[in-house]
Amino acid sequence: MRKIEAERIKKKVKELFLRANYHIGEDVLTALKKAREGEISEVGCSVLDMLIENYKIASGEEIAICQDTGLAVLYVELGQEVYIIGGNFREAVNEGVKEAYMEGYLRKSIVDDPVFARKNTGTNTPAIIYTDIVPGDKIKFMVTPKGFGSENMSALAMMKAADGPEGIKNFVVDTIRKAGPNPCPPTIVGVGIGGTADKALVIAKKALFRKIGEHHQDERYTQMEKEILERINNLGIGPAGLGGRTTALAVNIEYTPTHIAGMPVAVNVCCHAARHAEGIL
Amino acid sequence: MAKIVKIVTPLTDEVVSNLKAGDMVGITGYIYTGRDAAHKRLFFLLQKGEKLPIEIRNQIIYYVGPAPAKPGYACGAAGPTTSYRMDPYAPALLDKGLKGMIGKGFRSKEVIESMKKNNAVYFHAVGGAAALIARSIKKSEVVAYEDLGTEAIHRYYVEDFPVIVVIDSAGNNLYETEPPKYAR
Repeated sequence: MRKIEAERIKKKVKELFLRANYHIGEDVLTALKKAREGEISEVGCSVLDMLIENYKIASGEEIAICQDTGLAVLYVELGQEVYIIGGNFREAVNEGVKEAYMEGYLRKSIVDDPVFARKNTGTNTPAIIYTDIVPGDKIKFMVTPKGFGSENMSALAMMKAADGPEGIKNFVVDTIRKAGPNPCPPTIVGVGIGGTADKALVIAKKALFRKIGEHHQDERYTQMEKEILERINNLGIGPAGLGGRTTALAVNIEYTPTHIAGMPVAVNVCCHAARHAEGIL
Repeated sequence: MAKIVKIVTPLTDEVVSNLKAGDMVGITGYIYTGRDAAHKRLFFLLQKGEKLPIEIRNQIIYYVGPAPAKPGYACGAAGPTTSYRMDPYAPALLDKGLKGMIGKGFRSKEVIESMKKNNAVYFHAVGGAAALIARSIKKSEVVAYEDLGTEAIHRYYVEDFPVIVVIDSAGNNLYETEPPKYAR
């Protein structure tokens, strides 16, 4: 067994959320600059220029990229040989989130009861934590402060096998068409296929962690990703939804085995501010 | 680059009528913030026939819940939130003389009809450009609903606040007219 102090978990989570909120990934910056070169809309170009400038300011001054600093979501791979001491895992993660948001000048966006009181918890907790128990003696954290302008554009379809790849492509493209300017395009589109309704959504969000430019290992899925991306960019929605050739930067598909009777398809949208960070203890 | 139309608040009917969809605009003066929770409260006050905590006649409301300001900053990151959630409340505010809204994303038919009826304008601010936009906010103070935290109504003094007219007072709508030009 390897002992890991709860305090170290807290510190790591805090560090990752601060980093994700201030510093955009190089892959996003590179993709935006490339999109800028190919953009034919004048307004679209000025929007992309603003976004690139915004990332520079946020990173340089260590301030939030976007005022919506998100709901804290973590995908954790917990090695089965890890023994957590000096506290409990869930509390340590939430303490890390709380410290990042309280000390890092990040917005607290979580309300307790979603229907009636809608009272802000004041700490940006609780976080949503997905935990996988894996072999080994390490803990891997993949964290994302998930903004809700894009989250609200998520969609789920319980499709049938006969709908096939065409059905999937149409559903994803249609979801982005309906979203229009709302999710802050250019977006990154996560698609989860298979599992149950809930599992499809979980892997759709996890797909957003993939670096722009990387594709699914299976060539057939890579082809779907490329084709969907092309069709999305042919919608003309453009940067900020004001028209143009850049509506999405990437389409990332993940799949998982499913039931003989079904083919769930989930879409989870992320704005251009695709904030995420990873770390290992 | 298109020319920037400079306007100051409070707005007049003449200024609003002259703004056309597609105009790049720099706003200078005081503007108010308000998003979901504040709109709900304003709306219920109007329903009960009570006085609002701010005078909205000829003013602009910016749909934003800012991040906290770092020491030395007037305001934290402050980009627009998605506007459609304010749609159920916006026509009542427009009827009370609100002249401008800043946000991002689609508006309902009811809001657009109300904008035409009341001669009002909807500005698009670039979502996710929040650190950049915050630079044009020079002063910030909470003027109502302090208990709502980030959702409280703030009064900002802004200089050349960068927006684009996305739906003008005649109902011209860039979200509908522009994408088809680039669709293939």
